[in-house]
Amino acid sequence: MRRVVVVGASAAGLATAAALRQQGFGGLITMIGDEPHLPYDRPPLSKQVLTGQWDAERLLLRPESDLKAMNLDLRLGVSATAVDRTARTVTLAHGGTVPYDALVIATGVRPRLLPGGHGRPGVHVLRTREDALALRDRLGDGRRLVIIGGGFLGTEVAAAARQRGADVTIVESGAEPLARIIGRAAGRFITGIHRDRGVRILTGLKAETFDTADGAVTGVRLDDGRTLPADDVLVATGSVPNTDWLRGSGLDIDDGLLCDAHGRCAPGIHAAGDVARWFNPLFGRAIRVEHRTSASEQGIAVARDLLTPATPQPAAPVPYFWTDQYEVKVQSHGYLPGHEESAVLDGDLAEGRALIGYRRGRHLTGVLAIGMPAKDVRPWRAAVARRTEWAAVTSAPTPAR
Amino acid sequence: MKVHIDEHKCVASGQCVLVAPDVFDQRDEDGVAVLLDDSPTPDKAGQIQEAVVICPGAAIRLDRA
Repeated sequence: MRRVVVVGASAAGLATAAALRQQGFGGLITMIGDEPHLPYDRPPLSKQVLTGQWDAERLLLRPESDLKAMNLDLRLGVSATAVDRTARTVTLAHGGTVPYDALVIATGVRPRLLPGGHGRPGVHVLRTREDALALRDRLGDGRRLVIIGGGFLGTEVAAAARQRGADVTIVESGAEPLARIIGRAAGRFITGIHRDRGVRILTGLKAETFDTADGAVTGVRLDDGRTLPADDVLVATGSVPNTDWLRGSGLDIDDGLLCDAHGRCAPGIHAAGDVARWFNPLFGRAIRVEHRTSASEQGIAVARDLLTPATPQPAAPVPYFWTDQYEVKVQSHGYLPGHEESAVLDGDLAEGRALIGYRRGRHLTGVLAIGMPAKDVRPWRAAVARRTEWAAVTSAPTPAR
Repeated sequence: MKVHIDEHKCVASGQCVLVAPDVFDQRDEDGVAVLLDDSPTPDKAGQIQEAVVICPGAAIRLDRA
């Protein structure tokens, strides 16, 4: 293997490249990114960047000197449009091709859009640095922001926008923001924090169309007939894997690139990060996890598998995410979507401090910590990694150290 | 070899403690990463580099001076 091509220059792509170099790979690494910027970090976009605490320069994933030392053939501001698996080349938007011995796909996701309205002044999505700066510059005292979608992104933006003095409404189609992932009790708790801070939360409603005047958005029309006046609207209704360029490649791109536990999609091709649907032995199925930490873990695992394919080490990582909701820190280890039961295992939501466990099948498959000391949460990660029986954690609910 | 943590970037995930438990710990009150050893021996380099890559806040830097 002499030439590795990484498509995607964000967290997963950069982790792959960094780990390849750390593990001694001296060949050529070409990294192709469709954004014009050096690799930068996305979680702060909906947090410190929106509140104005950080400027965009702080987002760099690695200092420029580190990147130089990695000796990458960095192609920024250019997208890949196709892969030829027989010739082993990637086609670029301006027409050239790049040959590879090993291809790593880390093209991430893009926001899911609502029909009719995107591109108009005042209608936003939040994925890139430009998106965040554009929204940041519009927030301020009394500015009316309507957020469509009460997921992690929507709620984080609500918190940041309230800190900027904006008037914020969340429109959530489900019964409770975040409930689909973290369950109703935890969802209600976080919703309560937002209501206490003056965020208006409408549930069980969908946005139908945008009202506009002179091309700019003036409001959102909901499916109950009501109109919410708005200076700005953020569409935060989930994301779509960037796999369009792989159509016709024969790769399985149904909800992201299907990979085995080593990140392999096909001979000579791996995938990592938000775009990848890895088989995780811990949960017995392939899961696509849009978490910052998974991007790094998968990048490192892919590099290892590329350099030592004869001794594969299946990765069974415990997914991790965190979210900041005002001063409350929320952390999770494990995989929560599709859980069949949840229970408070430590603390008490009424006191704003709780550890909630999630069951799927017979096992503890995830935990969510709200306002818990970080150190007290770590043992629970181990409990998830060990596939602890649900009955064992609910009968003796002190941390399984 | 010198390790640096940017406390303002740290998100208190504790991922660094998982990969390099001899080098990192978490502060009791807020979980922010702290160094047990800011000039670790070269045999720890692999672990620390993994922590640099795995850190979800991109808060760790390793200087190999």
